[in-house]
Amino acid sequence: MSNLLFDEPGPRARRRIRLATVAGVLVLLALLALAVRQFAANGQLAAERWQPYATWPMWRYLLGGLWSTALAAVVSAALAMAAGIALALGRLSRRRAVRLPSAAYVEAVRTIPALLLVYLVLFALPRYGLDLPLFWKLVVPLAVSNAAAFAEIFRAGIMSVERGQGEAALALGLTHGQSMRLVVLPQAARRVLPSIVSQSVGLLKDTSLGFVVSYAELLYSGKVLANYNGLLIQTYIVVALVYLVVNASLSALARSLDRSVAGGGGPGRRITRGRRITRVPR
Amino acid sequence: MSALLDHLPEFWQGLVVTLQMTAASFAGAAAVGLVIVAMRVGPVPVLRAVATVYVETLQNLPLLVLLVLAVFGLPEIGLKAGLTTTAVVVIALYEGAYIAEALRSGVNAISAGQGEAARALGLTFGQSLRHVVLPQALRTVVQPIGNIFIALTMNTSLAAAVGVVELTAAANRVNLLEAQPIPIFVGAGLAYAAIAACAGFVTGRLERRLAVAR
Repeated sequence: MSNLLFDEPGPRARRRIRLATVAGVLVLLALLALAVRQFAANGQLAAERWQPYATWPMWRYLLGGLWSTALAAVVSAALAMAAGIALALGRLSRRRAVRLPSAAYVEAVRTIPALLLVYLVLFALPRYGLDLPLFWKLVVPLAVSNAAAFAEIFRAGIMSVERGQGEAALALGLTHGQSMRLVVLPQAARRVLPSIVSQSVGLLKDTSLGFVVSYAELLYSGKVLANYNGLLIQTYIVVALVYLVVNASLSALARSLDRSVAGGGGPGRRITRGRRITRVPR
Repeated sequence: MSALLDHLPEFWQGLVVTLQMTAASFAGAAAVGLVIVAMRVGPVPVLRAVATVYVETLQNLPLLVLLVLAVFGLPEIGLKAGLTTTAVVVIALYEGAYIAEALRSGVNAISAGQGEAARALGLTFGQSLRHVVLPQALRTVVQPIGNIFIALTMNTSLAAAVGVVELTAAANRVNLLEAQPIPIFVGAGLAYAAIAACAGFVTGRLERRLAVAR
């Protein structure tokens, strides 16, 4: 990719690169030393403040939190994907009465923070007699807000399937529903698989809102643990590392899927071609 | 409805905080993104690796975890700052990774001839980045950066979870007083939607203005 901005370095450029390398490494080391000094000066490096995280009961508790995180993520992803497919089909429908509400839902939900939806479910619904169990108080708002994102992904996928595919299916005598279900959707789903996985990483990140709901997922478990043992920074660093490992693995999966989808060959194989879909912070 | 009108000052205050946080953290994120993308497309392997690790790390951590770590964890090692300041810095660092990625996709979209021409004219790496590559890259990523801006606006609401009283927290407080959730939360939602609509309008205009006929 990026030999766009420089050629094979000559002797002077090599010297400059060496200089920049040394400077970069020095800055990194300085930052690291500063961090260690801050930790040490405040007694946060003491072995007994880290040692608990080498014991099984701590990890059992945190892994229990991770399990709840996974459960919430899987359930809300399943709901959001189902709703997303329905919304995508709705937005592409020939009937206005279906098309407009679907578009309105997607556009409206795209601009509402997930936390606001969580507060709505947490504080508004009980007033109207709908007091969901804790698990659903997290899952429902996440599914509602992610459905819009999944809808846009599926819509892009469906639109990327060549017209001829649907037309051929119709010519064979399949109904509209059949051609969508048997011919267009399977191809679309395969093409958007990488986007689906990276959106799911985002959804998994969103489950940290369980912190607000007090649903015992990973971050809330960390909070409970930190309040119990007083090891604030240690606990949150461990929690962050767990999130990092899980999400980085999923992101790596998305990238390798991206490559294998791209490697499939054939015209118009990738929807990411030309205009790349960039990830949006969540 | 009266719940909303009676508490307009609180809502207004919350909206102002949200807008301030959005503006400050977007400015910070833009700066972070520029530095990271310059490191990432540059010729120095160490800096490229650092930038890659930065982007990968921040994109794979939930923002709320970073906020909680910064707000509750950092005072433990003697780093104390105002709540809002901490939140703004964390959001800027987090969104900076996304801006860097958007910019990088813009840089990669530029034809290699542009960079070669810049070098043939004798421009250094920094000069070709500043005068030739980035101006063109920015034009192609107006829309993605607009989307990041909208997502950033919504992400400032997460600061409510660590105690900053911005729009979402203001709505929540008013609701605790008035117990009329529907008008209150819908009002807050409309305010967010209005910000997003403005951002969408501006990026749409910008994109048309900056588009290069090819």
